[in-house]
Amino acid sequence: MIVTLIDYGAGNVTSVARALRRLGVEVAVTNSPAEIAEACCLILPGVGHCAALVTALDKHNLRQPILDAISHEVPFLGICLGLQVFYTASDEAPELPGLCLLPGRVSLLPNTVKLPHMGWNQLCATRKSRLLQGISPDAHFYFAHSYAAPHNGEETVATCEHGNEFTAVLEHNNLFGVQFHPEKSGSPGTQLLRNFLKVAA
Amino acid sequence: MSLAHRIIPCLDTDGVRVVKGVHFEGLRDAGDPVALAARYNAEGADELVVLDIAASRDNRPTFLETIRRVAEQLAIPLSAGGGIRSLEDARGVVRAGADKVTVNTSAVERPELINELSREFGAQAVVLAIDAKRKTTGRWEVRVRGGRGETALDAQTWAQRGVEMGAGEILLTSMDRDGTQSGFDIELTSTISRAVSVPVIASGGAKVAQHFLDVFHEGAADAALAASIFHDNTQSIRELKTFLQQNSIAVRLPC
Repeated sequence: MIVTLIDYGAGNVTSVARALRRLGVEVAVTNSPAEIAEACCLILPGVGHCAALVTALDKHNLRQPILDAISHEVPFLGICLGLQVFYTASDEAPELPGLCLLPGRVSLLPNTVKLPHMGWNQLCATRKSRLLQGISPDAHFYFAHSYAAPHNGEETVATCEHGNEFTAVLEHNNLFGVQFHPEKSGSPGTQLLRNFLKVAA
Repeated sequence: MSLAHRIIPCLDTDGVRVVKGVHFEGLRDAGDPVALAARYNAEGADELVVLDIAASRDNRPTFLETIRRVAEQLAIPLSAGGGIRSLEDARGVVRAGADKVTVNTSAVERPELINELSREFGAQAVVLAIDAKRKTTGRWEVRVRGGRGETALDAQTWAQRGVEMGAGEILLTSMDRDGTQSGFDIELTSTISRAVSVPVIASGGAKVAQHFLDVFHEGAADAALAASIFHDNTQSIRELKTFLQQNSIAVRLPC
């Protein structure tokens, strides 16, 4: 199986690619609309500012092929910002539309806690999850973000809390998202990527 | 369920080998960064910092190669720094596999650098390293160039300014404690940590597990960094974390 990583210029593409190659899959890194249109399994590894991601998607004409792939049931995993962009918009870049695949807005975590939410935190499972299969409920995952997605939708399968509760893992048919960085989350992160590849196979 | 306090080993390198010294002086060889990175990744370190303390222009390609080889060993985040003077320098470090970029002297000389890096990589990827030296007045002065260069900057003011400019984390080293193994500077750490909205990594002076407990409890640190005690095996990361957990500090114990 070839996993296609959407490279819009963010920093963490290399480490996601490395983590996947360790699992024995072939990885293609691209920002070409044609390659995305033909992909059989897609990952959007986002990091940094939301505006940079949305702007880059539109600049490279990637929005439509991404939406087409998702509606054609191609397994799709969004990581960090790659999850946040599924929603209608983010308060980090209010003027730019998200992919509008899920209802709700991404908003800033409260300033009662230190931001960014940086480091290892645990999850609270809310529904049966394919991505979290075989992973200890006590496992820690590595987070690095200040904005977060609402947790009240039925796509949410696990939440995390830092000031507020927010969506940490979502699954909606062929659409998957994680707010943390599985490629930086030790063996639980590796297991999660393995689970995604299993679903996608 | 709460955010774990992080334990971060630091690899001070001359670009190629890990070196160590007291008060930033008298350096000696302390090992291969790639082997140490693999060991810390397996032992449950929460993150790794790799610094080029020589930070000369000629050294750049060698250091980038070291970052690449270290990153290959890791399933945890990596910060890299030393000699990053421009956005282009930082891009090189990120492309080599670092998740975060650490800046120190160059940010003091040109604070806009923090803003440029934050806009490009996001605040979560920008670590402002501050070397603080205690003054007789009960304040701390920012030192640069590995501690040798004096500045007129107050550490707390500079930390707050750095956060305003877009730093997502402060790596705070006590120059007075660094290399002494007499414990973290609790007062310094607590002062800075309570003055900024971003996480603070305490550094300088760690020896025993109690020092880490103190800096998390009283120093309000979000993470703690040490070098030689981990390199020399005087402190095992796993035992340190078990001790902290027994003392009600949230930590990540790898399954």
